[in-house]
Amino acid sequence: MATAVKQKSDVILQYLRPSKKMPSVWCAGCGDGIIMSAIIRAIDKLGYSKDEVVMVSGIGCSSRMPIYLDFNALHTTHGRALAFATGVKFARPELKVIVITGDGDALAIGGNHFIHACRRNIDITAILINNSIYGMTGGQGSPTTPSNAFSTTTPYGNVEKHFEPCELAKAAGASYVGRSTVYHATQMEKMIIEGLEHRGFSLIEVVSNCQTYFGRLNRQGDAVAMIKSFKERAVMLGKAKKMTEQELEGKIVIGTIHRADKTEFCDEYQRVVDSLKGGK
Amino acid sequence: MAEKKRVLMLGNQACVQGAIYAGMRFFAGYPITPSTEIAEGCSRELPKIGGRFVQMEDEIGSIAAVIGASIAGLKAMTATSGPGYSLMVENIGYAYMTETPCVIVNVQRGGPSTGLPTKISQSDTMQARWGPHGDFTAITVAPSTIGDIVIETIRAFNLAERFRTPVTILLDEVMGHMREIITLPEPGEVELVDRVRPTCSPEEFVPFEKTPNLVSPMPRYGDGYRYIVTGLTHDTMGFTTNKPAEIAPKLDKLKHKIEDYVDEITKLRVEKIDDAEIAFISYGSVSRAAFQAIDIARKAGVKVGGVQLDTIWPFPEKELVDLCSRCKRVIVAELNMGQIVNEVRRVLPPDIVVDSLLRYDGEILTPLQLLEKLEEVL
Amino acid sequence: MNDSSRTGERTSNATTGSKYDYEQGPPPLNINYDWCKACNICIALCPKQVFEPDRDGKPVLAHPENCTQCTICWVHCPDFAITSNYK
Repeated sequence: MATAVKQKSDVILQYLRPSKKMPSVWCAGCGDGIIMSAIIRAIDKLGYSKDEVVMVSGIGCSSRMPIYLDFNALHTTHGRALAFATGVKFARPELKVIVITGDGDALAIGGNHFIHACRRNIDITAILINNSIYGMTGGQGSPTTPSNAFSTTTPYGNVEKHFEPCELAKAAGASYVGRSTVYHATQMEKMIIEGLEHRGFSLIEVVSNCQTYFGRLNRQGDAVAMIKSFKERAVMLGKAKKMTEQELEGKIVIGTIHRADKTEFCDEYQRVVDSLKGGK
Repeated sequence: MAEKKRVLMLGNQACVQGAIYAGMRFFAGYPITPSTEIAEGCSRELPKIGGRFVQMEDEIGSIAAVIGASIAGLKAMTATSGPGYSLMVENIGYAYMTETPCVIVNVQRGGPSTGLPTKISQSDTMQARWGPHGDFTAITVAPSTIGDIVIETIRAFNLAERFRTPVTILLDEVMGHMREIITLPEPGEVELVDRVRPTCSPEEFVPFEKTPNLVSPMPRYGDGYRYIVTGLTHDTMGFTTNKPAEIAPKLDKLKHKIEDYVDEITKLRVEKIDDAEIAFISYGSVSRAAFQAIDIARKAGVKVGGVQLDTIWPFPEKELVDLCSRCKRVIVAELNMGQIVNEVRRVLPPDIVVDSLLRYDGEILTPLQLLEKLEEVL
Repeated sequence: MNDSSRTGERTSNATTGSKYDYEQGPPPLNINYDWCKACNICIALCPKQVFEPDRDGKPVLAHPENCTQCTICWVHCPDFAITSNYK
């Protein structure tokens, strides 16, 4: 080719907040940036206008994301992103509401809001960035820190067990649940598109790397080593169904975990409003 | 002129009516005695007018949803009691920091902790001022009759929109569960205030601009102003900051946008104060008893007057000093162990004796008790 | 540092297997060295060893002629520091 063609990779740059200086505050190699890149590509492919996208986040490294993006940004209190997002979406159902949250933000302090956002099946797409640690505050254990793993609050090994966000979401009533990793960026992008298009509560858990804390405290190596390990440990859902529990030990099951057709919260409420012939 | 409709209305229901009149179209709440009727009333009324009601999973989620809805563009409210307000304070602080208009109703009950769900107190007065952590200035209103509840609720929304701030309405268990005959205002009778929206282009928009009256125009989601709202201390563009030169101005803005305009916020009901030698200072349900006691005492020749604080915060320093200047003594009557009395002591000159009549056993102060106190000090 | 510097002789497309001819046109990729934090992900994940780390650990196009525009590098760059001239 003699001349360069239109750069599709430039799409990322078009969605960065113009007044925010880069590079980002995230550590070198942090998966948060890879996920942000996938979100941009997904939104671009769907053709959403920037004005109609509201990105709501809680507190944590992952929750810094909305500040870098040229959408409506709502950076809220720890654990409460889904509750704020419920208010935004319910007040203005025509907006596209995306929640960026982490394993601590969504499942520890935010656990209650997580459960009920799933239960209501409100049309929000939540991207849960799971690095199994509290990165922003310096490496404490989280509800997804594996048993026996080290963190700054489990210096002798974690005596607690962790739970699976996807199972929790499915049991609580989320109608689209998927898991991916930062290695599987293309699959992640596809899942984000599916989640956004899905009418109902979509949870996409993305297994991500915190080499600064989880990696260092558990001798998992640097960003490259951790991402390569996600590649090694990932098992597609179809194949995982045929494996025993022992074989699945230490593996990361990825794919669309659950998809259901259910009535959505804002739609159901609108039905009530219409039946009462309520108008503004 | 057509005769205005008189209705027998429950206090909590009057709050719903006032809010709807003011333009409230979003309610998120959680049941808690004695505020639950407000949530139930909103759940019935809002869908009829295209509004939105949601019972959230807890009080924290409720105030979060209210703030989200307000930022998205709707006038939003929640209602609770002491324990719920305690849960909400972190997010109320978020509303202060992000300058989000919203209304929080606290139908007070006995505290602390689970306390007395079905009995009256006024012990959350200081919490309405200092609930959240950090430095901020609060606006709090306290109606005393059922008709008052309607008017003060409308005023609360107007103040929230005018000053871009959360406003707390202090009710109490007796007022919330009492019924009185009231007349509701006609449409257009009471002026309504809406938040100022930006008119500049999105490129020129400075989200937390230091305007002449320190209240920045607030856009609605979807209108093209894709700004950042964050609870972290931020500069005028909404970006988080660590610079002292940006931190102090933000906090100054939160304070002065309200305190410099306290004349727009202060509202008192004053009776027979001009020649009073002694005055009752009260708010909420106690004011009903106070004004009745004043009537009786006046007939007996006692030169007593009364001041009811419709606006509790910012504390009406200037007005109170003015009004009580000729008094030798004031009696602050409240249903707690002394919260507003300390403020009164702080602002009045030392030659005026500040007495208190406090009741904190879950019962309301009666006119007889106020008269007995009057006799005691005379 | 952002040119398609190559060492050694020219290689034909048939040898490298890349369907792109980078000899006449712009380099396959652009790297923003201000944003790059030298995390090494692109260097490690590239299936054709197009990159090599420089003294600071940031990627240099050591073998641009091998680039097949698979997109793995810029899709996985956490700092949006790589863009492609061809896709």
